[in-house]
Amino acid sequence: MPNMSLKKTVMPEQAPNVRNKNFLEVATGYTEEMAREEAERCLNCKHKPCMEGCPVGVKIPEFIELIAKGDFEGAYQKIKETNALPAVCGRVCPQETQCEAKCVRAIKGESVAIGRLERFAADWHMKNVDEKIEKPLPNGKKVAVVGSGPSGLTCAGDLAKKGYDVTVFEAFHTAGGVLMYGIPEFRLPKEIVQKEIATLKDLGVKIKTNVIIGKTILIDELMDEYGFDAIYIGSGAGLPSFMGIEGESLNGVYSANEFLTRINLMKAYEFPNYDTPIYIGKNVAVLGGGNVAMDAARCAKRLGAENVYIVYRRGMDELPARAEEVHHAEEEGIIFKLLSNPTKIIGNEQGWVVGMECIQMQLGEPDESGRRRPVPQEGSEYVMDVETVIVAIGQTPNPLIKATTKGLETNKRGCIVADEATGATSLKGVYAGGDVVTGAATVILAMGAGKAAAEAIDNSLRSGE
Amino acid sequence: MAYKIVKKRVLSSQVFLMEIEAPLVAKKAQPGQFIILRIDEYGERVPFTVADFDAEKGTVTIIVQVVGKTTQDLSKLEEGETILDFAGPLGLPTHLEGLKKVAVIGGGLGTAIAYPQAKKLHSLGAEVHAVLGFRDKTLIILENEMHNVSDKLIVTTDDGSNGIKGFVTDRLKELIDSGEKYDAVIAIGPLVMMRAVSNLTKEYGIKTIVSMNPVMIDGTGMCGGCRVVVGGETRFACVDGPDFDGHQIDWQAALNRQMMFKEHEKRACEEGHCRIGRGSHA
Repeated sequence: MPNMSLKKTVMPEQAPNVRNKNFLEVATGYTEEMAREEAERCLNCKHKPCMEGCPVGVKIPEFIELIAKGDFEGAYQKIKETNALPAVCGRVCPQETQCEAKCVRAIKGESVAIGRLERFAADWHMKNVDEKIEKPLPNGKKVAVVGSGPSGLTCAGDLAKKGYDVTVFEAFHTAGGVLMYGIPEFRLPKEIVQKEIATLKDLGVKIKTNVIIGKTILIDELMDEYGFDAIYIGSGAGLPSFMGIEGESLNGVYSANEFLTRINLMKAYEFPNYDTPIYIGKNVAVLGGGNVAMDAARCAKRLGAENVYIVYRRGMDELPARAEEVHHAEEEGIIFKLLSNPTKIIGNEQGWVVGMECIQMQLGEPDESGRRRPVPQEGSEYVMDVETVIVAIGQTPNPLIKATTKGLETNKRGCIVADEATGATSLKGVYAGGDVVTGAATVILAMGAGKAAAEAIDNSLRSGE
Repeated sequence: MAYKIVKKRVLSSQVFLMEIEAPLVAKKAQPGQFIILRIDEYGERVPFTVADFDAEKGTVTIIVQVVGKTTQDLSKLEEGETILDFAGPLGLPTHLEGLKKVAVIGGGLGTAIAYPQAKKLHSLGAEVHAVLGFRDKTLIILENEMHNVSDKLIVTTDDGSNGIKGFVTDRLKELIDSGEKYDAVIAIGPLVMMRAVSNLTKEYGIKTIVSMNPVMIDGTGMCGGCRVVVGGETRFACVDGPDFDGHQIDWQAALNRQMMFKEHEKRACEEGHCRIGRGSHA
């Protein structure tokens, strides 16, 4: 008899006023008992609607059934069949709009906590099993993967399992891409990311850090000089956008990328033990309403800022961030300044930020995106006292590869044009996926693209086309 | 993988040269480009302009002035030791083709960056006039090297301790006033010096290229920390530069941004010392 509770089994969390002063993980994970209790809520539907919502096709009812039976390792292996990074996905996937949105239990009550269960299985495995991974038999073909973020790692893992000799090139000194530099420690511990990467290395994936494809080595050279049979570009959307308003070059203004990279990758929160500094004012404004904005705001709070504002031009209902992230941010004391649009950043004589002028907005008719268009209200300008401004209004793909690869088609937003189903680009043997194709999106969509491309590359190389 | 220091040479009281094994970078490097290094696990990512490179030997040379935490730590490393991370080449190479007669101005450590440019120009057959400025004669670097790649060399010191007193701008003005006609002036050094040169050459309408070296993390366009205002637009020094038209730069904004982490730099030097030996580097 399934557990018919309408609510998900609660996952323990650090209290808001404790966690907003440390960088430890917010949610501490299910115990074995909690996991089994939650797993019992799954009805094991024959038509498996949840799986349709998963970009990498995790066999959700099957792994949950294994958890319910207490076979936690079995559950992990079941997830691992289709998902290269379960501990990561269990934490950062927007399950509420994917697998959990399709869950039958959600029709009346809350869905099964699929994400939490995935995380549990992955964590249980990491803690309890010292797995010896057998390297697949090599098939003699070489594939280069550009970028070691979620998309590249997924593609690399899937190809390595099929016996390909895979080399991942990473521009930074550490592999992981946005999982390392972007998503904060308190949402995704870096140790976990590195453990997931270690399992890929055990599969035979080689990772070359400090190599900037497009600078150190060009795409053409990977084919012609280094002898790769195919290339997958998963270099992400790393170029920060700015508002284009007055004062953005003042000291105290960061792109979210810079702010988060200093903190997450360079560990500036441990300055001066680590050499990379970060400056944070007493009052901080974060511009934007997405997950990156929430991450930046919550980091600023943890670094000791007294007042941290999310400044967003639409309303609460329009925030593009995950509901869970908004909820966590609110709990931690982040202040939401909605229907506000910055018009200029004000500096003192030495060039430091001392304030920011905003204009009040009103929601008008829906625009092409279906969201109600914000319209400025004339004469409603006001000034906020802030010393730090973090611009988190989006990122676009890095232009380095585009600039140095002849014949690689890109669109007007700078994204590589690639076939949706296979990732094939305008260049033979070159595939692309993830944010570099779609513009900034989610970890799991990038993983789905990496997975699809791995299959397409395998088909193409096996058929000898 | 770590990157081995194959040669270290002290150039002046505060400046030293390091030749580092980095074959992939050496193969691609061109004058005007830079690298980013991180000494060890705790280190900051810091950009250094490529001072020289040898594709056959697979080495890249950087010239370093001790100004903060990372440069201090770097100065303590010796030949045979390694640096954990070394990535590049980054930025766009200086566009030197087609120039027939060029004044290359180096201010202090900027001389180290001006040198590969002068060398390349010389090899392309251009007439090179080099004007180098230092605070005093103990800080003079690369005088012989510059001599070998220039048709005219003037070395001046702020205090006159080498016999020629004054600023590089004074000397450059003299050259221009004496009738020298330059296709371009390349000025590399402290911001105030590059600004002074740019102001001077603007009066004469001589195209001037400067090399910006602002704070950055990744060097690939990702952090946006290296913003420079050029002709009223925000550009990133790492991908759009580091070279820019000196007449278009908002120098005051650049000078302000240089102060962003000054206090932290002091703290890092005072409280964060003694890292060498605690960490992961060989």
